[in-house]
Amino acid sequence: MKNKTYTKQFILLLILVVFLCFVNISLGSVSIPFKDIFAIFLGDETVKDSWQTIILNFRLPKAITAILVGSGLSISGLLMQTLFRNPLAGPFVLGISSGASIGVALLILGSSFFGSFLFLESSSWSIAIASSLGSFLVLSAVILAANKVRNTMSILIIGLMFGSFTAAIISVLSYFSEAQQIQQYVFWSFGSLGNLSWDELTVFISIYLIGFIGVFAIIKPLNSLLLGEKYAKSLGINIKQSRIIILAITSLLTGVITAFSGPIAFIGLAVPHIAKLIFTTSNHKILIPATAITGAIVLLICDIIAQLPTVEYTLPINAITSLFGAPVVIWLLIRKKKMYI
Amino acid sequence: MDTSKKHIVLETKNLTIGYQQKKTKKVIASDLNLAIEKGTFIALLGENGIGKSTLLRTISKVQNQLSGAVFLNDKNLIEYNNKELATNLSLVLTERLPESQLTVFELIALGRQPYTNWVDALSEYDIEKINTAIKLTEVAHLKDNRFYELSDGQLQRVLIARALAQDTDVIILDEPTAHLDMHHTYKIFQLLKNLVETTQKTIIISTHQINLAIEIVDELIVMTKDAVFSGKTENLIEQNKLDNLFPKEILSFNKRLGQFTISKDN
Repeated sequence: MKNKTYTKQFILLLILVVFLCFVNISLGSVSIPFKDIFAIFLGDETVKDSWQTIILNFRLPKAITAILVGSGLSISGLLMQTLFRNPLAGPFVLGISSGASIGVALLILGSSFFGSFLFLESSSWSIAIASSLGSFLVLSAVILAANKVRNTMSILIIGLMFGSFTAAIISVLSYFSEAQQIQQYVFWSFGSLGNLSWDELTVFISIYLIGFIGVFAIIKPLNSLLLGEKYAKSLGINIKQSRIIILAITSLLTGVITAFSGPIAFIGLAVPHIAKLIFTTSNHKILIPATAITGAIVLLICDIIAQLPTVEYTLPINAITSLFGAPVVIWLLIRKKKMYI
Repeated sequence: MDTSKKHIVLETKNLTIGYQQKKTKKVIASDLNLAIEKGTFIALLGENGIGKSTLLRTISKVQNQLSGAVFLNDKNLIEYNNKELATNLSLVLTERLPESQLTVFELIALGRQPYTNWVDALSEYDIEKINTAIKLTEVAHLKDNRFYELSDGQLQRVLIARALAQDTDVIILDEPTAHLDMHHTYKIFQLLKNLVETTQKTIIISTHQINLAIEIVDELIVMTKDAVFSGKTENLIEQNKLDNLFPKEILSFNKRLGQFTISKDN
């Protein structure tokens, strides 16, 4: 839409992603020198086997997960903000994450209610499936409601109501559960970027890519939605169809992310605003890649912070994103005084 | 007066407009038979709540008619899909735009969406159309501003430029001068008049600037409680059709001045 180029910003941010990736991979309970990390990536077989395993099977998948989660949640947030033309929208506000939570809660906590007929006992796959089903169901309910009410504000409130509703069910389930089950659920809700095998990561990446490619097909309706639905329709956009595609992509991305990494807060709401500030544009052709890269950077930084305090333990990623995300958004708001969709 | 028959771009046949709520029908106006020629500037007049917006929404397919039909370029409106309609009819609405960081150029460029490919890339021809629209509406100096920085008058010109860039035979504007002072209202009317003359597009506006409309536009559509009249302004005045627009005790039409004036006895 505009001839102004953003090449410089994009190159700088991409360099930052690569740099942070290396920093991220170099941190952990076992310290491995930089030159050996390079050697491992260059296929040097002489480096210690245990180091190779740590880098290739633990730290690299974790860094990739951080990039996928960061970019995916941020894009979802951007789509929601544009679709609802509300700067406060995000995948969390619409109850997608609470849907995932209820799915996982039913799986882990519900076993005391329903016995263990729920096929696989809380393996990472069954958690992923339960969480996807949960977010799909809650999001479908929100979409159905969205088709009934025209007012976008009401849709956000409906999303919040679904959130409270599921939180209540989870409380009831927790009340009747064993301490050990509650602990397992709480650990899931902390969010985690690690623990993914290459098999799981392959599934993650495949589903993520479907959503990511889909995003580029809806640049046009997203841009016209910046004028509101009536103008978008008068520009030839099929509003109902676009709305369903946008919600489907969001639920796919957020669903798969929450399935593998737990409900990671704040990224989806905050990162699009950081990208909008850096790039000062509303054109989605620029904003989508910008938001994706910024999201990857932010989550890599959060993961680095999570590993900093002690060598033995890592802090829950969900705490870090909110702990650092909230002040950043407050600071941005005070400085700029205005948030754009 | 031009007697050669011009092409009719917009026509309504026995059109009844209103709202259908569950089982009750609320008829706003019925049996409308309007025929609008290409290259005319038309103002839709009527008091608040009489149904001007309903009529505009019906002829732009935002809302459905209760019965009858609307024909745009000889094709029934219900046979148009969104995209096809977007190349024949464009809108300028009164509602506020959501707060985004769009620049004026980007906003006007969105008017080319019905013609661009899936990633919204602008061709040379698209750019040419955008620049023509910018030139005709005299907003070139605002091109790189964000739209939220503009005054109401400037924003209105930019929105008109966007509709022009959409390059449709018909442009419908819902109260384009609602937020403007007298001076800017006059300038917008003059701009629209010039656009009709230079581009031969058909422009339909709804407005409460009745005296200005009588002076400037080519034709009027007058909605009153009892009937809807349409035709050339001078003919309607001649036939005393404007007299019933408002309750006579307060406002009356002065035929000599061609203007509405506040009734003396008040």
